[in-house]
Amino acid sequence: MNAPFIWIILPLGAAALFLLGRSERWSALAGGGFMLFLSVMAAQLPVDTAIGFGSVAFRIDSSLAVLGRRLVISSADQPILVLLYGIAAFWFVGSLATNYAQRLVPFGMAITALLVASLAVEPFLFAALLIEMAVLISIPLLVVPHEVPGRGVIRFLIYQTLAMPFILFSGFLLSGVEASPGDLALVIQATSLLGLGFAFLLAVFPFYTWIPLLTEEAPPYAVGFILLMFSTAGLLMGLNFIDRYTWLRETPLLYDALRLAGILMLTTSGIWAAFQRHLGRLFGYAVIAETGVSLLSLSLSNRAINVELFFLLLFPRALALGIWALSISLVKEKASTLRFNAVRGLARTLPFAVVGIFLAQLSLDGLPLLAGFPIRQAIWEQLSRESLTIAFWFGIGTFGLLIGAIRTAAALVMAPSGKPWSPNETLLQQFLLGTGWAALFLFGIFPQWTQPLLVNLPIMFEHIGR
Amino acid sequence: MSDILLWIPVVVLLFTSFGLLISRDWRWSLALLALQYFGVFWLVFAHWPLSMAAVKLVTGWMATAALAMTRLGVKLPTPTESAWPQGSLFRVFAAIVVAITAAPLAQGIALSLPEIGLAETWGGMLLIGMGMLHLGMTTRPMWVTVGLLTVLSGFEVLYAAVENSILVAALLAAVNLCLALVGSYLLNVSVAREDTNR
Repeated sequence: MNAPFIWIILPLGAAALFLLGRSERWSALAGGGFMLFLSVMAAQLPVDTAIGFGSVAFRIDSSLAVLGRRLVISSADQPILVLLYGIAAFWFVGSLATNYAQRLVPFGMAITALLVASLAVEPFLFAALLIEMAVLISIPLLVVPHEVPGRGVIRFLIYQTLAMPFILFSGFLLSGVEASPGDLALVIQATSLLGLGFAFLLAVFPFYTWIPLLTEEAPPYAVGFILLMFSTAGLLMGLNFIDRYTWLRETPLLYDALRLAGILMLTTSGIWAAFQRHLGRLFGYAVIAETGVSLLSLSLSNRAINVELFFLLLFPRALALGIWALSISLVKEKASTLRFNAVRGLARTLPFAVVGIFLAQLSLDGLPLLAGFPIRQAIWEQLSRESLTIAFWFGIGTFGLLIGAIRTAAALVMAPSGKPWSPNETLLQQFLLGTGWAALFLFGIFPQWTQPLLVNLPIMFEHIGR
Repeated sequence: MSDILLWIPVVVLLFTSFGLLISRDWRWSLALLALQYFGVFWLVFAHWPLSMAAVKLVTGWMATAALAMTRLGVKLPTPTESAWPQGSLFRVFAAIVVAITAAPLAQGIALSLPEIGLAETWGGMLLIGMGMLHLGMTTRPMWVTVGLLTVLSGFEVLYAAVENSILVAALLAAVNLCLALVGSYLLNVSVAREDTNR
């Protein structure tokens, strides 16, 4: 028995089985339960250590040889598995309320397993290939049968596919740079290719145009899952690069580039969000802003805390995006489109979903008492110590997102006079959304509750995390 | 392999990539794509053993076959691109510009990375450039897939010279096949929608 078999091969096999499932409820519960089981196993099962059951003892090896290379999941990687499989479990159980479980669970399970494989493969450069496989598997999730594929999906496919060659080739050049760091031409070539590759992969400014298009046209719950998982995997792969190459880690230019990219993403997405009239597009701009905030956290000069802040962002983000995606999925079921003029006044019929959208938006904006506040505030504070200009633009971006949230709320509550309050959500939907609201508040008031989960995440990186 | 022999597939790639840009008939396009994979195989064979290089050829032909089978089974109206660069003349002109641009770029890369020969660099850069041009001209799933397969082929020609891992070969083959299947899926769902509307 080995760790890659448990956390990669097993979910891939299970994904194939779940494709045969015919019941929404069964898929959501069994899929969510299985992901939770893998998450708990990652938290509890020691790797490379003898485990005894009475007279029987066994050991879970950390590596699996595949075609001459290895997949390695060491004990340092287990916290990230807890988080990734935990997010998948949360999303799959939530799909009970959206009638999308039959598609989301099998494809989502395969995507999660491939993203875990991308973290485990050695040499780590080959992760780009596994991420690309996950991208290709995600297409049937984003384009449902009987729907013409829109521009967003096509651009998503193109941009994500283009990322792979750039990253793979830059990896080859980077190893050359390590051998001869004085070769300036090679350094420039390698960093340019690497920058382009990650710009495509993470949808960095100006390559993010596909995100609002995709969130406008694709099923919101699926697209939320895809964007969250891919941005997390892409950022982790980027951290792997920084961790692995000393010269890259020690060049101040890298942190300047991260800061510039991050602030451009946050500010531009905030400004665009302020003018949107579509709930899906607003969701897309929030995702872009979140990637920007992650890049900003990594750009902080205090290396002792930047990676820690980066990881602390993950949990509140997953929670808020999950609630937001679930809520707009319910809105989309009632309204023909997610345009403001089509969803006007829906607060009277979908109050739980509308409050869910508003709270999730405010949490991602970093409003006090909500889950996103403590970490976002810490990043903003650190940024203001280093550069008031960047902190100012951070504020502008946040303000733009806040205006978007207020306009959303205004559109959703603006019902014709005399329209009665008649909640149409099912009890299950009300329960899931109500639990989500409570979690947003609880993790905002008690952010230390996420510490046990997140505190060990940076250990997966040998240099930057210790 | 002799250097002169390596320039033959480059000429083949020049012909197929031009043809892919200009052709409006999917049968011709897919035939050219299949021929293109033969050129790719030839260039990769300069660096990889025959058994591994053959993977590129077989995978490419399987991808082409998947697209062809899907396209054969669906009835689509004659394509009329709504984007402005419609004419064949424009396409030829753009392809010439890309081919001319690829030449100095290839020479630069071949100088800085001597492990990749000039012919492979030329062939790889040509395919990448033509594939990019293709992607810039259409949003139709099938042609986007062909464009992406062309870009990936160009990259694979270059990457084969610097990486000969079996795992990479297998993963790249899987990516190519999955891409063709995604193209087929997108083609199918588009048609299903048109059937529903009818």
